[in-house]
Amino acid sequence: MAERKTLTFALMDAPYESARTTTALRLIDIAARRGYAVNVFAYEGAVMLPFSRQQPHPNAVHGRNVEEENHLLTKDIVAALMKAAERNGGKLDWVNCSLCVDERGAGEAIEGVRRGSPADFWRLAEASDNTLVIGTR
Amino acid sequence: MKALNIIECAYRATIEEQDDTIVWLTHAMTAGGADLGLLLRGNAVNYAVRAQNAAGLAFGDWRQTQPPRLADDIASLVTKGVAVYVLAEDLALRGLEPGDLVPGLERVTRESLPGLFAAHDQIWHW
Repeated sequence: MAERKTLTFALMDAPYESARTTTALRLIDIAARRGYAVNVFAYEGAVMLPFSRQQPHPNAVHGRNVEEENHLLTKDIVAALMKAAERNGGKLDWVNCSLCVDERGAGEAIEGVRRGSPADFWRLAEASDNTLVIGTR
Repeated sequence: MKALNIIECAYRATIEEQDDTIVWLTHAMTAGGADLGLLLRGNAVNYAVRAQNAAGLAFGDWRQTQPPRLADDIASLVTKGVAVYVLAEDLALRGLEPGDLVPGLERVTRESLPGLFAAHDQIWHW
C-alpha cells in the first residue's frame, strides 16, 4: 500500500472569485481519493467555502430551473471531499480561521468544520509532509 | 444609452459559477432592455472558441452536471443581437483562426478601439 501522507493546504480566496479555489479543491480531491490525511486552513475569504447557508438558484439566462441548473455550491464540495477522504481511510480536517469567520458573520458552517487560529495552521503544517499555500492574488 | 462591456480577465471562477459573470450580466441586462456591446480581449478571446469543453468535474461523489459553456453563451448573445467584438491581435497571439470561433463575431484591431469606444456612451472595463 502506498504511504499515506499528511498534507496541509492554506486557502485564502473566497468562493466564486477565482479559479485557484477550483484547482485547490481538485488537488484535495486527489489526496482524499488516496486516503491521505488532509488539513485545510481556510483563511480570510476562504472561510466562506463551507458556509452552510449557501443556496442553489435557478438561472433564467441559462433557461434552467433550480434543479436543472444544479449550481455548484462550495459547501457541498467540502462535504463531498470529507466523505471521500473518510471512505478511503483518510480524513479531511477543515479549520476555519475564527477571526476571519467572525468579521464576516460566517459562523454557520457545515458539519465537520471547526474553528481555529493561525496557531492551528502552524501545528498542522509542522505535522505534515508538506504544505501548499494558495493565497489571494 | 449604449455601453460596451470589456472582458479581459478570463476564466475567473467560471467553473464555480457555471458561466462567466460578465457574459451572464450582459445577457441579463440585455433581457432587461439594456443596449450593450461586448468586447473580448486578452485571454477572454478564448471564450469564443467552439472546441472548449469543461465537462467532467467531480469531487468525491459530487459531479458537475452543468459545466460552463462559454462559447454557447457568446453565440447566444450574438443571436440576441448583441454586438460581440474580439480583438484581432489577441486572437493572433494565441494562434486562433476565424474557423475556431463561434460565428457572428466582429474582429476589431487595437488601432480601431478608440473609434469603437467613441461609438458607445459608456465603457465598462471589468
